[in-house]
Amino acid sequence: MLVLDRLGKVYPNGVNALQHFSAEIRLGEIVAIIGGSGCGKSTLLRAVAGLDRPTSGAVTLDGIGISAPHAKIGIIFQEPRLLPWLSVADNIGFGLTDLPAKIRRERVARALERVGLTDKADAWPRELSGGQAQRVAIARALVPQPEVLLLDEPFSALDAFTRRDLQDHLLDLWADTRPTLVLVTHDVDEAVVLADRVFVMRPRPGRLFEEIKVNLARPRDRNSPLFDNFKRRVMTALDRSLDRNVPDIDPKSAAGEAMWW
Amino acid sequence: MAMTVELPALERTDAIATPAPSGRLRRWVRPALGLLLPVGLALAWEIIVWRGLSNGRLVPPPSKIFATIVELAKSGELVRHILATLTRVAAGFGLGVVAGTLLGAVSGYWGLARRLLDPTVQALRAIPSIAWVPLFILWLGIFETSKVALIAVGVFFPVYLGVMGAILSVDRKIVEVGRTFRLSGPAMIRRILLPAVLPAYVVALRVGLGLGWMFVVAAEFMGASEGLGYLLIDGQQLGKPAQILAAIVIFAILGKTTDWLIEIAAVPLLRWQDAFGRQGGAV
Repeated sequence: MLVLDRLGKVYPNGVNALQHFSAEIRLGEIVAIIGGSGCGKSTLLRAVAGLDRPTSGAVTLDGIGISAPHAKIGIIFQEPRLLPWLSVADNIGFGLTDLPAKIRRERVARALERVGLTDKADAWPRELSGGQAQRVAIARALVPQPEVLLLDEPFSALDAFTRRDLQDHLLDLWADTRPTLVLVTHDVDEAVVLADRVFVMRPRPGRLFEEIKVNLARPRDRNSPLFDNFKRRVMTALDRSLDRNVPDIDPKSAAGEAMWW
Repeated sequence: MAMTVELPALERTDAIATPAPSGRLRRWVRPALGLLLPVGLALAWEIIVWRGLSNGRLVPPPSKIFATIVELAKSGELVRHILATLTRVAAGFGLGVVAGTLLGAVSGYWGLARRLLDPTVQALRAIPSIAWVPLFILWLGIFETSKVALIAVGVFFPVYLGVMGAILSVDRKIVEVGRTFRLSGPAMIRRILLPAVLPAYVVALRVGLGLGWMFVVAAEFMGASEGLGYLLIDGQQLGKPAQILAAIVIFAILGKTTDWLIEIAAVPLLRWQDAFGRQGGAV
């Protein structure tokens, strides 16, 4: 269980990026965090990753406090961030150096196969397309078998078609080991396709505005009316989160069942 | 409109006119372009002296310089001088590179080390390196040690500065990848920072080597019984311009060759680069 306990972050320049963010995320759950710009969603993710320290509150994973990058937590960034001097296979195996070479090679080979890039094993990152590079980044993050995988707008730089493809692909890979996924996005479609729960955040200071449960069986049909319904709910919540006249609601009481229309 | 239609057509006829040999030709012609100017000038001077338009006493023609080199080579003198100079450059370059790389990496990576170390190094760098000569002779004597030390000092600064500057400008996003995989300090340097700075490092090494060749001459000027620098001084004192020019030509050849060796050695290490220069730059 990943527990975020009243996380807050005030940057040295006085910007209050995140305030009192609390959530409990079960193992294997997929959570999407969505919100307007400056709502602290990336700040939140970096705190969970242990890359930045929150100014208040704490992140715990299975009862262990997270204050620095942890072996059980992987992260995928907006850009693939591959190391240009390593081949695709070596990039994927980057986090596996503690393992014996044979096991490492096997795991990398399997990961390459899973992301459909076996023929690119010896290619340089510069030879990949944007979508392929991001698939390598996903494989690199998944191959150490993390319990929690954080994704910071991972598909936002890709075209719509590649994005859909990779979303399906990610779900496919997730089904292998079922890690917890925490996904930051600004794409409503992406949130509803992937997530069990959608956290809608509100900016200045960044805080939780509403939590929406997406009770849809996977694989989800992007064209079904139910899917549309959830999309509309997230969209409405987003609109309201950006409307200054709407007061904060207690996200806990609104959680899931609050069908206010 | 007309441009976009005509240009590809032009290129195609070009390719048809010279089909297979164009690749092979280009491989030989391109490097040969660099020889055009020096060979042309040498040839012109040779002709001028040969026609008696100049006596060529102070500026001997290429044939005389070549004869001097052959003469020195036959007596075995040349090899001795070249070896002496090469040994000094190699020792000084090696020491300078090791020290510059280590200190550059340390002060590029640890902020505290940089704040402690860098101001002093920068202050030392501001001293013209030749100014050390009298002190080095007093401290280390007039033989090899002081010469190697002077060359090492010359090599150290560009390498130090190159490594430190390059590490400081490594993309934060890539360093973060290292952090998420929980690399220790040395592992971060070895697996992320050094490969990332490799292209800049090669440049720093080449600059350092250039300075090494520069300082070996200074070192050999300050009293040596052998070495190419000694040949220069000897040629000046005995009025043998051909010998001076022979030494200069050999310096040029050695400098260019060693520089080229670094370049060649770096090629397999930099194959991953996605850079402008890889495609040969703009035409």
